[in-house]
Amino acid sequence: MSRRTTGLAIEAEGLTRSFGDTRALAGIDLQVPAGTVYGLLGPNGAGKTTAVRVLATLLRPDGGSARVFGHDVVDEADKVRSRVSLTGQYASVDEDLTGTENLVLLARLLGLRKPAARERAAALLAAFGLTEASDRQVKKYSGGMRRRIDIAASILNTPDLLFLDEPTTGLDPRSRNQVWEIVRAVVSHGTTVLLTTQYLDEADQLAGRIAVVDHGRVIAEGTPGELKSSIGSGTVHLRLRDPAQRPEAERVLREALDVPVQLAADPVALTARVGEAGTDLDASAQAARALSNLARAGILVDNFSLGQPSLDEVFLALTDHPAVPTDERDDELEAAR
Amino acid sequence: MSDTTTTTTERAPSVYVPSAEALATVLAPGARPPRPSALGASLTFGWRAMLKIKHVPEQLFDVTAFPIIMVLMFTYLFGGALAGSPRDYLQFFLPGIMVTSVVMITMYTGIGLNTDIEKGIFDRFRTLPVWRPAALVGMIFGDVLRYILAAVVILGLGLVLGFRPEGGVVGVVTGIGLLVVFSFAFSWVWTFFGLILRSEKSVMGVSMMVLFPLTFLSNVFVEPSTMPGWLQAFVKVNPVTQLVAAIRGAMSGESDPSATMWLLLWSAGFVLVFGTLTMYRYNRR
Repeated sequence: MSRRTTGLAIEAEGLTRSFGDTRALAGIDLQVPAGTVYGLLGPNGAGKTTAVRVLATLLRPDGGSARVFGHDVVDEADKVRSRVSLTGQYASVDEDLTGTENLVLLARLLGLRKPAARERAAALLAAFGLTEASDRQVKKYSGGMRRRIDIAASILNTPDLLFLDEPTTGLDPRSRNQVWEIVRAVVSHGTTVLLTTQYLDEADQLAGRIAVVDHGRVIAEGTPGELKSSIGSGTVHLRLRDPAQRPEAERVLREALDVPVQLAADPVALTARVGEAGTDLDASAQAARALSNLARAGILVDNFSLGQPSLDEVFLALTDHPAVPTDERDDELEAAR
Repeated sequence: MSDTTTTTTERAPSVYVPSAEALATVLAPGARPPRPSALGASLTFGWRAMLKIKHVPEQLFDVTAFPIIMVLMFTYLFGGALAGSPRDYLQFFLPGIMVTSVVMITMYTGIGLNTDIEKGIFDRFRTLPVWRPAALVGMIFGDVLRYILAAVVILGLGLVLGFRPEGGVVGVVTGIGLLVVFSFAFSWVWTFFGLILRSEKSVMGVSMMVLFPLTFLSNVFVEPSTMPGWLQAFVKVNPVTQLVAAIRGAMSGESDPSATMWLLLWSAGFVLVFGTLTMYRYNRR
């Protein structure tokens, strides 16, 4: 069995798809190298799920084209299906069935005979720490266990390309780390992973390359490092004791950092980007200078922090509008029927 | 909307730590087995339906309690007035109420499919490289078992109440066989509605709107000869009428070839038209 780990796993050009009046995909271009984790980063409603559903042959695009390992997702859907596997955001196993039953069912549908299917199911349950829960109905699993059985079901046939649609949304930090470890193991064995996420740090942790998606378009693409340096390496957040000092604080900050300062809705909060590409100071030096200038001006600061830009800030920088969440799948269910 | 509905029944002590070695053993790419045959895949999906019955046995209420209530209610409600006695009425009525009950149960096919889609599990099935209609055919296979169960429950109750089919075992089995063939075919109407309608409730609503006239405006309860002409015209072309006539014939030992032929034609038509529409929708979403 030849496993293709070179070249492109996914090539998409100008994919469009609308649901009624909602334009979910407005011309997506993607080139995903095989054997890597590729992140689609964006808020709810950006078009990530729709893009994944088109690439996984669940949805036909209105326009444009996409190939998975060289096979067209519309004309050669069956060939694509034999090489990919999808863990959706929603139930992707049957909640009424037990863990074992779910995996045996899917293994049999992939062509394994009953004894082989049972063996495979038991091995996967063991590797995912679900042996103890194997005879319990999936609806009685915790959130973390649910995600693990979802992913186990997706790698039954060790796919060449695995789609993970927001695999850690709603998980506690420990379960999220478990999922990350699993994703790393999966990709180290040659499976390409296309991961959608709303969290910059998740894409940063896992993905070799990231496409930032907004309103159905890719608005930025590159390695995590390239993306971050393109919008500045950090953000200063501060909270004042006295709201009356905010205009003064804004002026001091602007002079110290030489960047625009955002006034948050909260009357004592301000934020500013530092470490912007093209300046000669690094982010921490700029932040330190800002803090000492504030102290000299007699402005009382309750809280001062320097952090990585959040997704919201990435969005502000790239689009000049904040990430506005809407529920894509609802739009789709609404319009597709 | 998010998928954070979790029931925390995870037993705390053993915290799962993903181990690279354990994952390596399951991730080693093996040879891909050949894809299952169309029938094999459908039967596997049928097995899923069986498992669901095993885990949620309450769902058998509608194929046991509901038919019993229907038989008792109508036999004693109409029996005396229409045939002199409930026992006499039963000889005429039992095949009809069997058809009514089973045909009404077919709507659960659509409701079940709609629920599966809403929950998201169909996304997984639709990305599997198997024969495309298998998931739906398998689902209906599971339902066929429910139809047989309902028919047997009704027959058993009928025999207790005094139903005496002249056609004997062969006639009764033939009758139930015809009913199963028709119900399998008719289920495709509901898979189509299950795919195109938005919610379980609307599937239920449409089903009722179709099923009530179809079962009541037929020869199930009374001979059509007393009905006004325009109604007779509808009753005559109603497939349920043909089905009931064919089953009555088989069970009474005087088979009705014309009704049987019409019933088989209707069945083929339902599979052809609604099976095609269903698969079109299923692939196009």
